[in-house]
Amino acid sequence: MSNIKVELKKPDVDKIKEICKSFNNQPGELINVLHKTQHTFGYLPAEVQEVVARELNVSVAKVYGVVTFYSFFSMIPKGKYPISVCTGTACYVRGAENVLDEFKKNLKIEVGETTGDGMFSISCLRCVGACGLAPVVMVGEKTYGRVAPEMVSDIIKEYTNQK
Amino acid sequence: MSGYKIHLLVCGGTGCKASLSTAVVENLNHEIKTQGLDDFAQVVTTGCFGFCEKGPIVKIIPDNTFYVQVKPEDAREIVEEHIVKGRKVERLLYHDPDKETIVSDSKHMNFYKKQVRIALRNCGVIDPENIDEYIARDGYKALGKVLSEKTPEEAIKLIKDSGLRGRGGGGFSTGMKWELAAKNISDEKYVVCNADEGDPGAFMDRSILEGDPHTVVEAMAICGYSIGSNYGLVYIRAEYPLAIERLKTAIKQARDYGLLGNNILGTGFKFDIELRYGAGAFVCGEETALIHSMEGSRGEPTMKPPFPSDSGYLGKPTTVNNVETFANIPVIINKGAAWFSSIGSEKAKGTKVFALAGKINNVGLIEVPMGITLREVIFEIGGGIKNGKKFKAVQTGGPSGGCLTEKHLDTPIDYDNLIAAGSMMGSGGMVVMDEDDCMVDVAKFFLDFTVEESCGKCAPCRIGNKRLHEILEKITKGNGTPEDITRLINLGTVIKDTSLCGLGQSSPNPVLATINNFMDEYTAHIEDKKCPAGVCKALMKYEIVDENCVGCTACARACPVGAITGERKEIHHIDTSLCIKCGACIDRCKFNAVIIK
Ligand SMILES: Cc1cc2nc3c(=O)[nH]c(=O)nc-3n(C[C@H](O)[C@H](O)[C@H](O)COP(=O)(O)O)c2cc1C
Repeated sequence: MSNIKVELKKPDVDKIKEICKSFNNQPGELINVLHKTQHTFGYLPAEVQEVVARELNVSVAKVYGVVTFYSFFSMIPKGKYPISVCTGTACYVRGAENVLDEFKKNLKIEVGETTGDGMFSISCLRCVGACGLAPVVMVGEKTYGRVAPEMVSDIIKEYTNQK
Repeated sequence: MSGYKIHLLVCGGTGCKASLSTAVVENLNHEIKTQGLDDFAQVVTTGCFGFCEKGPIVKIIPDNTFYVQVKPEDAREIVEEHIVKGRKVERLLYHDPDKETIVSDSKHMNFYKKQVRIALRNCGVIDPENIDEYIARDGYKALGKVLSEKTPEEAIKLIKDSGLRGRGGGGFSTGMKWELAAKNISDEKYVVCNADEGDPGAFMDRSILEGDPHTVVEAMAICGYSIGSNYGLVYIRAEYPLAIERLKTAIKQARDYGLLGNNILGTGFKFDIELRYGAGAFVCGEETALIHSMEGSRGEPTMKPPFPSDSGYLGKPTTVNNVETFANIPVIINKGAAWFSSIGSEKAKGTKVFALAGKINNVGLIEVPMGITLREVIFEIGGGIKNGKKFKAVQTGGPSGGCLTEKHLDTPIDYDNLIAAGSMMGSGGMVVMDEDDCMVDVAKFFLDFTVEESCGKCAPCRIGNKRLHEILEKITKGNGTPEDITRLINLGTVIKDTSLCGLGQSSPNPVLATINNFMDEYTAHIEDKKCPAGVCKALMKYEIVDENCVGCTACARACPVGAITGERKEIHHIDTSLCIKCGACIDRCKFNAVIIK
């Protein structure tokens, strides 16, 4: 498990409880609960999982099993500007790998990591379905199409300048 | 769509939205207002037109003018010239690269000529967020017809007679699947729509849900009536936020109109639909895994039998169908089984939607009759290979499929022919590759995918694919031996024979298919330590051509590791033991003096 220790405050715990309750504390709704919880907190640290497990009356192992199974769920906080590089087939044949390498080189982090200042994180996506724009990169909600490695530093600059 | 003389349809699909189509809509609306044309012209945001290569698309009805790559700042000219003065804006029309002519309307574009649109009939035509537009195009007529005129048995027979086969990959008869679930007696049954669309490079399900969500809602209700179920679930990827929104809107509108709920169209039939979200796991597209995921567990597949039609969601009889399969249902009911089965080939009726992507001129979504040839799809509709390069292969069936080559170009496309050719239909992704793609690297790419996505439940898939991947890695690094080919084939065959679910049973296909069709490339990597396409970095060698080098020192200054030496005005030299093959020298050299060997 991740070694980030998180201390949940009472309002946080209440918020999680509320989310669980909105799904009637049904164990079958676990994935929906996790979606909503991640949406609220940005990620799913062990401490949050413990609360969810207690509320839905399932084991922490079950929750942990589900969280680690699905790539959408993350146990570490993503960057303020999460970068997702599409590595679907269409993007791959149009050079997504080189774009990804450029991001890694530029930010000095690997896929699944977050920069020390918490600004950026890199992840890979499997096809957003905008294959006409391949290779595609998303930063937060914003989509960049036909990205070439030369464009990477400019994309990053767009956000570092916003600080 | 009544009252207005002119409609401006703007694509609001994911691809076009990413190229600012929302701003195009805003600006068009603004211009129409300032020109006082509010009662005359209307802007409609539609689903995908399919021609994603040239998005954002604006189509003007009634004259079918087809504007491509429209930018927000083009809005004024479109309104002033076309709407007010009736003159087409030539620079925004599509230029046919073959004939070097301008094509003013979609009917005359090669991209659309051979298409037959059944599943995509409303995509790019109606406003997906407006149920009235769907109803105006015969929407919910099929549901009304089935509920008032047909018994469930008759409805199932109609679907069976049409010859419709599943579009999600397996190609199982849809009518037969419904019949199996209908026969089971149970207090509760479920209709599930598989909208997980895991094949990277396929986006037809997304486009249907974004462009025509009501068709899926209607078809699921028809399925519910036919098999005796009152409850539908759509399992949809969380990566498709726009499709989720549109589907939610459609469900709500259908409820408001009494087309979902407790007493549909006053017939006493009860049916409602809920959404369940995927969370980024490819294997969850497999139906048993999907069901476990909907139940809130890890999406691991289980052995079949029992099939979902006997024991599915919460152990109850469940019919799982793909989005595109459902999209065909209302049309089949309205136009009849005989009409549907007159389209297509001997063993595969109707049409199939394909997502064309990769090194092809016209990237996009197309719907063509079954039995069309690859040549027609790639060279006529798809407009051939990008940048005049040479066609090498087309990958179909995604990570479970194989690749088809030159010699398959004239094979009619259907489920059985593709399997006979060593690939498969899959969900309809077609990724085209040219001479610059290395087929060994392509095989490794798909194995990368499978290794990542294997759920780990069974050993052949979990461990076997990892080993396959390692062998491919070794070959692309230049350390392969001739025995590696035998190893790949043997191991691949064992994985196929012994894996638990369709993921593992098909994961070695990309490797086996490339060995079959491109043995020479494997040999080049193994024996000559060369990558003919120049993709595998480890096998590349950078060299300076003495005749071309003028000694400008640009490359030496660009080299990040100091591997290039040479005095000013003298021929330079690359120390290959230091070179990291980053390509910086090639980029910098103005005299073509650096080459890759
Ligand atoms: C590994 C794997 C992934 C699959 N992914 C999908 C998918 O993304 N979408 C889909 O509709 N079917 C997928 N299928 C096929 C489903 O298991 C199932 O056959 C299909 O949803 C049935 O619907 P149909 O008869 O309408 O095609 C997948 C199968 C396997 C083995």
